[in-house]
Amino acid sequence: MTAPGGQEELEAQFEQWRQYVLRRRELQPFDADELEDHLRGSVDELLAAGLSPDEAFLVAVKRMGSLDELSREFAREHSERLWKQLVLTADTGSPVADTRSRRDLWAMLTCAAGAVVSVKVPVLFGLSFADDSSFYVRNFTLFALPWLAAFLAWRRNARRSVIAILVALFALGAVAANAYPLADKSQSMVVTSIHLPIALWLVVGLAYVADDWRSLRRRMDFIRFTGEWFIYFVLMALGGGVLSAFLFNTFKAIGIVPQEFISHWLLPCGAAAAVVVAGWLVEAKQSVVENIAPVLTRLFTPLFTAALLAFLVAVVATSHGIDVEREALILFDLLLVVVLGLLLYSLSARDPLAPPGAFDKLQLALVVSALAIDVLVLLEITGRITDEYGSTPNRAAALGENVILLVNLAWSAWLLLTFIRRRTPFAALERWQTGYLAVYAAWAWIVVLVFPPLFSYV
Amino acid sequence: MKVAKDLVAASATPMVLGILAEGESYGYAILRRINELSGGELDWTEGLLYPLLHRLERLGYVVSSWQSVTGERKRKYYHITDKGLAEMAEQRRQWDTVVDALKEIWHDRVPPTVNPGLA
Repeated sequence: MTAPGGQEELEAQFEQWRQYVLRRRELQPFDADELEDHLRGSVDELLAAGLSPDEAFLVAVKRMGSLDELSREFAREHSERLWKQLVLTADTGSPVADTRSRRDLWAMLTCAAGAVVSVKVPVLFGLSFADDSSFYVRNFTLFALPWLAAFLAWRRNARRSVIAILVALFALGAVAANAYPLADKSQSMVVTSIHLPIALWLVVGLAYVADDWRSLRRRMDFIRFTGEWFIYFVLMALGGGVLSAFLFNTFKAIGIVPQEFISHWLLPCGAAAAVVVAGWLVEAKQSVVENIAPVLTRLFTPLFTAALLAFLVAVVATSHGIDVEREALILFDLLLVVVLGLLLYSLSARDPLAPPGAFDKLQLALVVSALAIDVLVLLEITGRITDEYGSTPNRAAALGENVILLVNLAWSAWLLLTFIRRRTPFAALERWQTGYLAVYAAWAWIVVLVFPPLFSYV
Repeated sequence: MKVAKDLVAASATPMVLGILAEGESYGYAILRRINELSGGELDWTEGLLYPLLHRLERLGYVVSSWQSVTGERKRKYYHITDKGLAEMAEQRRQWDTVVDALKEIWHDRVPPTVNPGLA
């Protein structure tokens, strides 16, 4: 009845139709199976009535009606499918992807457990949270970040040489944190505790780009990863706070105060595990959940621009010099970090080929106003640098950061301007930012390794 | 004459439960059966049938199982449960009430368009 060639062609058409159905998020593979069986039933009947395979297929598809309508009806029953669900192991239907995500899950659990154990191992050597808090402050990132790096390196199938570099850098971090004779409350101690996490995070970045560390695209991916990781981590921290509060108050109600459990076990172990879990979530969810960092950036870029412009206007109108107190420089450093973050995460979500638009101009305004404010601050400081500033590690570090961020933002502003005037491609801006990551790394390591001896461990 | 969409939708559940009470079946066969029962007057679409079957399954009125037919082809069969039978009995009571009431009203009366003089 049917020529074998016609049958083959029919199968190809079924396959094509199936792919078409599967593109609808409302329709899952099982639905496609069921509908395909329906379509085949319909085709069989038409074939039996004497139609050619081609005709039968066309008529059967036509009878089924529009796929739009069909998916709408399915969506009414399965509205949950319109929400991208969090699944621990992606149920994609393909066995290869399933094993892959299950292996990821186990690797993540292993690394998270490793991080938890690392936090508690020093207790065995008599270092308690209460008496040696500075040890934990200095070393906390050394407990958790190597495990995150290990997870990422495992996922990327990092080469031996890369793994050796990672191990060496973490060892160097451990030396920097512990080898110098720093007093508990010394400034160098504080500076190290702030800069070591930055240095180590960029080592994690090395693990992240392990498969292709020269690629600028991969570095941009790491910037995206950082933003999403941070958001997941903050969300988990909020959840952890709620959990601790309930635990504390419910147990208190029956006369047990679980303070020690919470502060010595739950919080440190939970934080260490969350570092790894957040990394895994970003990896597992990158294709499923819309990135949140760029969304926040879009919301806050206009607001920050307005706030900074208002501040500039106020400074000019009142002709009141900026009062550069001890904390002021750090405050303005943070301001530059926020502006840089807003810039970076808009860049990360932007289509590099899109022509310059209104949002790019807004960003230029943001960066320029931040620069203007920072220049005012720096002018204020240089006036006093000989007598007051530059003499302590704190101030040297804050000043150094300010200069690094200023250079970055100034050149970014220039690139943005030329981009808006269509002189340079957008990629130049991306290349500048991704290349600059190395500068942050170098600076963080300098502060951690060179500053303590340079300032004779004060 | 085609039956109005609202009426099709309202009668869909008892119809499907009734067909499944005759024995387990699958989507295409259910649609064929409905066509046959109504002489083609009930306009059912796949968009009505499959989501309805899934809802009945979620509510526990039917259970489904994948069975293989000829070669690699899989087919999803639906099978009515006791809960489904109870639901069908309940819906049947309601439909009987509606149908009885309508019959009562329309008792002996011929539609007015045929013979307006009697009204």
